[in-house]
Amino acid sequence: MQAVFFYLFATIMIASAGVVIFARNPVHSVLFLILAFCNGAGLFLLAGAEFLAMILIVVYVGAVAVLFLFVVMMLDVDFAELKQGFAKYLPVGVGVGVVVLAELGFVALGWSSAPSAVDAAANPIIPQMSNTAALGQILYTKYVIFFQASALVLLTAMIGAIVLTLHHKPNIKRQKIDEQNARTRENVIEIKKVPFRTGV
Amino acid sequence: MSDGWASAISDFFIAYPLVLALVKSVLIAVALLIYVAYVILADRKIWAAVQLRRGPNVVGPWGLLQSFADFLKFALKEPVIPDVANKGVFLFAPFIMATLSIAAWAVIPVADGWAVGDINVGILYIFALSSLGVYGVIMGGWASNSKYPFLSALRSAAQMVSYEVSIGFVIITVLLCAGSLNLTDIVHAQDTSYGMAGWYWLRLFPMFVIFFVSALAETNRPPFDLVEAESELVAGFMIEYSATPYVLFMLAEYVAIVTMCALLTILFFGGWLPPIKIAPFTYVPGVIWFTLKVSFFFFFFAMVKAFVPRYRYDQLMRLGWKVFLPISLAMVVIVAAVLQFWPAGPAGS
Repeated sequence: MQAVFFYLFATIMIASAGVVIFARNPVHSVLFLILAFCNGAGLFLLAGAEFLAMILIVVYVGAVAVLFLFVVMMLDVDFAELKQGFAKYLPVGVGVGVVVLAELGFVALGWSSAPSAVDAAANPIIPQMSNTAALGQILYTKYVIFFQASALVLLTAMIGAIVLTLHHKPNIKRQKIDEQNARTRENVIEIKKVPFRTGV
Repeated sequence: MSDGWASAISDFFIAYPLVLALVKSVLIAVALLIYVAYVILADRKIWAAVQLRRGPNVVGPWGLLQSFADFLKFALKEPVIPDVANKGVFLFAPFIMATLSIAAWAVIPVADGWAVGDINVGILYIFALSSLGVYGVIMGGWASNSKYPFLSALRSAAQMVSYEVSIGFVIITVLLCAGSLNLTDIVHAQDTSYGMAGWYWLRLFPMFVIFFVSALAETNRPPFDLVEAESELVAGFMIEYSATPYVLFMLAEYVAIVTMCALLTILFFGGWLPPIKIAPFTYVPGVIWFTLKVSFFFFFFAMVKAFVPRYRYDQLMRLGWKVFLPISLAMVVIVAAVLQFWPAGPAGS
């Protein structure tokens, strides 16, 4: 049963990853990328890593891919123009592809797991613990420095993005909610007695 | 004889767990859809009552069959697909939205142990599905290839993503108190001797309010219905939809609302637990308490729709990012600190 689902998820994932590259419409590409993410989450589930599966969906599908889709949808892509440079860029593209493939090949062929890893996977250090709790235990004890460091990197990236895009234009009227709420009747309204036929 | 049958049936289900899961899924889906049919009717009736109208009252006694009549009407209509629409995505969007919203109910425990899949990361599963819900809107709006749906889809996506952030932090505070991501465990953690006062709505009251308001925004309910905003965007991202695809969007919207009510019930209102742990209340089955609580929260959803005016878009964004986000972030820190340094205190169990 597990094997059936593994091959199902893996096949769909690879096929949709292929469509991401070959689809003519960039929006379709992003949608198939999302399908690939979802199947990746399915593979995590099969491996018993339910926390990682859900986080993959929440973070990548729910947030990152939404932004991708946003950007791609707003682009006004001219497909004819896109295809024009195909022959020109083909050699460079193939070259980059071959290099990346070769590197991946070296990594995959030279892959070996630590001798104790298989045993460790079969006998968890703390049995009877859900993998969410186990991840938390190890992330906040052994790897806490790396965890905090990666958080700092993200913070830097966030501040950088804000600084790059935030422009304070002068002469723009903004709503100041505090000022509005601070207004009282005495400050804003003045009641005057107007004499008849004289005016103010 | 009946005993023999019962054991034969239970043996069969033990031998074929997938069949059992299928039966359970069909049961909860049917129950949910019937409940949603009446929730739609209740929504219209409550809205009508606030405005001193009668509401739907023609089909069936007191209009009780109105939702079914509407469904039949939509199902028999001709689905019109615009010429310039991206047909695949156009038709896929409502399906994905309806499927995702119903799929969330796979992990919701309607009574003790009554969940189709009582998984360890139940709350994350629901959070993941609700974050996927935005795709139905974006895909529908983009595939319609028309200006109003597109604008509305962009608004909606920004709105849903913004409020998801504060919903996430509210959920984290509840998880800190309950110490589990499993929905059944979260309800059990609220099972104290104080009854109703022991549920999390009292201990985490600010979070409860933030969650309720964010749930309104997340499901695009008034006063945050800028997605549809009839006066500005005609009918939002659904303008080009008709017949069955439109019904699927409508259904998904209401199922999402009921899911949010169920989530409020589970996280803050003790799920299937009776409000007071004394005799007449404890006799009532848990599923009835659960349904009553969900209906109670839905009543508030309907009332808010009836009497709160719509927010302006910039006010909506300000509320999400500048009010709810800092408060919920601060509460995560406060709750965690209280739990760490005063485990026996009010936040602990």
